[in-house]
Amino acid sequence: MKHNSENWLLKVEGLTKIYGTANANSIAKTGPELDTNICPETGSIVACADINFELYPGEVLGIVGESGSGKSTIVKMLYFDLEQTSGTVLFNKAPYVGKNILEQTSRTKRQIRNHLMGMVYQNPRDGLNFKFTSGGNIAEKLIMAGNYHVGNIREKATDLLHKTEVPTLRLDDLPAHFSGGMQQRVQISKAISNQPPLLFLDEVTTGLDVSVQAKVLDLIRVLQQELGVAMIVVSHDLSVIRMLTDRTLVMKNGRIVEKGLTDQILQDPQHPYTQLLVSSIL
Amino acid sequence: MIEDKKYETQYRFAFIDEATKKEIRRKLLKAIAVPGYQVPYSSPEMPIARGWGTGGLHVTLAIIGPTDIFKIIDQGSDASVNACNLRNFVQTMTGVETTLDTQKATIIQTRHRITEEALSTHQIFVYQVPQPEPLRSVERYENKTRQMHAEADYAKMWVSLYEQYVRHGDIMMGAGYPVKVNGRYIMAPSPIPKWDVPNLNNSKAIHLFGAGREKRLYAVPPFTKVEPLEFEDIKFHIEDFKGTACFRTGNTKAFLDELYYDDGSKHFVINDSNYLDKLVQKENPIQHNNHYLNQLDNEA
Repeated sequence: MKHNSENWLLKVEGLTKIYGTANANSIAKTGPELDTNICPETGSIVACADINFELYPGEVLGIVGESGSGKSTIVKMLYFDLEQTSGTVLFNKAPYVGKNILEQTSRTKRQIRNHLMGMVYQNPRDGLNFKFTSGGNIAEKLIMAGNYHVGNIREKATDLLHKTEVPTLRLDDLPAHFSGGMQQRVQISKAISNQPPLLFLDEVTTGLDVSVQAKVLDLIRVLQQELGVAMIVVSHDLSVIRMLTDRTLVMKNGRIVEKGLTDQILQDPQHPYTQLLVSSIL
Repeated sequence: MIEDKKYETQYRFAFIDEATKKEIRRKLLKAIAVPGYQVPYSSPEMPIARGWGTGGLHVTLAIIGPTDIFKIIDQGSDASVNACNLRNFVQTMTGVETTLDTQKATIIQTRHRITEEALSTHQIFVYQVPQPEPLRSVERYENKTRQMHAEADYAKMWVSLYEQYVRHGDIMMGAGYPVKVNGRYIMAPSPIPKWDVPNLNNSKAIHLFGAGREKRLYAVPPFTKVEPLEFEDIKFHIEDFKGTACFRTGNTKAFLDELYYDDGSKHFVINDSNYLDKLVQKENPIQHNNHYLNQLDNEA
């Protein structure tokens, strides 16, 4: 799809999250130039500040940076897991066009989340309910989106597990008894079950061994091409970013220090931090 | 009991002081205005321990007037210890007429059953509720369940029904089957058997629920839609008493109790004692009319 300034799916403007009591100088006195995100005057922590970007339909956007740079905070705010300090997020899907989705009632936010978004967390325990079977976990998301037919739910869940290469015989087993890679794949099945136009992946391969990592990444890439879903991929791992994403934001101390096409950033990093990041991996 | 005659006469009508009664009535009005919503209330001290029917007693004593006719049942029986003691207490504190006759009563307090006989518009049905929170089985924190109710976020409840079906081939909820009231709140209908759940739907009587230990009141107003949760392909059904009949009346269309005699023989008998008495005396009591009972007729 051709991207122009009009047909974005998600537009983030001035997204900020500050823990603790900030004052007027908190943002000015933190950031990559000062190499800190703790305000020297108030001790408040600026997890991320003044984040602006657009995401286009079907695009995969990477957010890379060291731990504590605010990557996950952004995604968690977009998925309404965390409340923002300030900022606007516009979601170009009816009936939410032109509305700041962060300012909606929690019931509307739940609607948006259930029907239009999916999330895969780093830890499967955050995204799955370990007391429910893997089928039940997928069913939860389908029920949230208004599916109340057990036969259809099971058919769909089987299909999703097949797609994510989890043995379908384990539909009625608890994910607690699964391996880490399988849990992650069940989580992905759950996240994509209602075919959301937007999917968040928060460090999905961290903690998996290399061969499983490759399989999960491959799966995500295949699914992305099949479903054409827009994704925001958070990772500290540049090889994940290179493999999955079209465009990348580089973060440090809660700010975006560089943004551009992934290939460009990896080949020709401009910001000193990005240069350090690229050189320490390649 | 109370030895000192002076204090015996100092209890006011219906035991609870007027200010607290007023508070309970206001909360009941709120409960009726928002069907199925759990309203917190004071749950004042009573001469019995919380969890032994205080919630139902609070409601009864707050709404009862001198002209009311009071009936109380425990698991369908007018004669169980809990029912007898609470009946005596209410009678002593108010002097109202008590009855065993379902038709005649204006206030019926109950533990775990709805009467087999149909209710009418002049009646109020009061439930003693042990656990008012239908979501407690899937979420143990009260602040979370309240938020779930507020946002109508009931997916977890539905998944637990799905899981029961997947594991056991049926939804394994004998009593307290979750219902949706007026298309909005999911409500625990106190642990009444599935048999009674359809009788809440579009009922002519007011249904008031009091949970004394948990300090919650809720209500189903008359002529309100009450639907048991069911999937499009896995339907709610009532208890199946196929192949059994009440040994005293031969009736097959009532909630039955299983009795074991000393010689080891097994008998089934109608659980609702007043309904049983009326059948034995050939009074032809009129039963609730619901789709599930009609189905039994069609099968017979």
